[in-house]
Amino acid sequence: MKRIFLIAVFVAPSALADPTAQDVQKLMQRDFHARGQAGMDRVVQDALQRLCTESRDNPPAGAAKAIEADQMKTIVFPEGSLIGDWRRGEAIAQNGRGLQWTDKPGDAAGGSCYNCHQLSPREPSFGTIGPSLQRFGKIRGSGPELQKYVYGKIYNAKAYNACSQMPRLGHSGTLTSEQIKDLVGLLLDPASPVNQ
Amino acid sequence: MRLAAFAFPLVFFFVPSALAQDSSRAIKRYREMVAEGSPAELFEVEGEALWKKPQGPNKVSLEKCDLGGGPGVLKGAYARLPRYFKDADRVMDLETRLLHCMVTLQGRKRAEAAARVFGSADRPSEMESLSAYIAAQSRGMEMAPGLSHPKEKEAYAMGRALYFYRAGAWDFSCMSCHGEEGKRIRMQDLPVLYKPEHARAVVSTWPAYRVSTSQFITLQWRMNNCYQQMRMPEPDFGSDTTVALIVFLTATGKGEPYRGPGNKR
Repeated sequence: MKRIFLIAVFVAPSALADPTAQDVQKLMQRDFHARGQAGMDRVVQDALQRLCTESRDNPPAGAAKAIEADQMKTIVFPEGSLIGDWRRGEAIAQNGRGLQWTDKPGDAAGGSCYNCHQLSPREPSFGTIGPSLQRFGKIRGSGPELQKYVYGKIYNAKAYNACSQMPRLGHSGTLTSEQIKDLVGLLLDPASPVNQ
Repeated sequence: MRLAAFAFPLVFFFVPSALAQDSSRAIKRYREMVAEGSPAELFEVEGEALWKKPQGPNKVSLEKCDLGGGPGVLKGAYARLPRYFKDADRVMDLETRLLHCMVTLQGRKRAEAAARVFGSADRPSEMESLSAYIAAQSRGMEMAPGLSHPKEKEAYAMGRALYFYRAGAWDFSCMSCHGEEGKRIRMQDLPVLYKPEHARAVVSTWPAYRVSTSQFITLQWRMNNCYQQMRMPEPDFGSDTTVALIVFLTATGKGEPYRGPGNKR
């Protein structure tokens, strides 16, 4: 009798337990359908997405470091200067399209930068989810180490902060290497409006 | 010099106040226009006609559709949704229930009835107009979705888990945009929807007429459009996923009198 009672106590809470990430994934695999370029593989979490979901974006330090090191390996740094054309970079920062089921596959995607960041003072319509990047290069310079950091951060933000809300714009195939260099130009070129 | 000293404060005083008067008059006029007749009312009228129109192989209207309070009871029905429906053995929000009635009462094929649930500015959908008509009949009533049935509790827990689930090409969850107070995308303020004080304002005003796109938008549309922007594949209309999210949102924002269908930016 006592044993049965104990079992009841231990079983009851698990019946009310929150669904796991695995449960959510299974439901989404049943309830979603591929459309346009958005395939069903996208509802399946990779190790990073799983860790960030389960830790509510607060992973244990050790696990975060391991993920960041893994993500760092995905970044392919081009040779030479990483500062591209800031004018093209501004257009990429403005463009919020790419990878949606409504976007035409093959069309150049944007970086959606202004959705979350303040950049050029000429653009008053900016989001605030990410930090303001106004005068980014003016404050920090434009040396090779900084170029590499900015390029890497845009290519794969998770290499620097495992559960960052910023998309992995190079790693996900959203932006090309040339486009990322143009964004580095927008942030670091002394002639860019960002640095005026 | 003396004249300039005199004129300067005069200009300073009058110009801004004239501007302020102009813009406050314009805002007042706009508010009067909106109060006199919201575009949402046009959808309500169209929705009433659709509710009463015989359709489908059975050539019957939706007037016997049971939205929770009994067949044909519309008063306060929306304020008690989503909820568990015994005949379907699942939790349903308004749109999912309407689709269920189109299939079971009117004898329509689910695929046909759900083929065009999201309309355009030129051609609103049947679902949008019906939603406007039915939601309007809960005005002034406290939002009180079903939360006691085990399947309602299950849907709430799943909706909450979905809210935090990160996936897709851009690693987004609902939290990526609706996770921190005082944030915005471009100029759009973002409610933190797991917080009751934020969810209440949403729950008490949706569905709504959206001025910027001249469309009537529903919660099923909102879920669909968010997943599109999250770079995810498309959720099925009326699926357990979209219903669970709407349950979580409505339960979080419950308790406020319904004052929609409202107007959105």
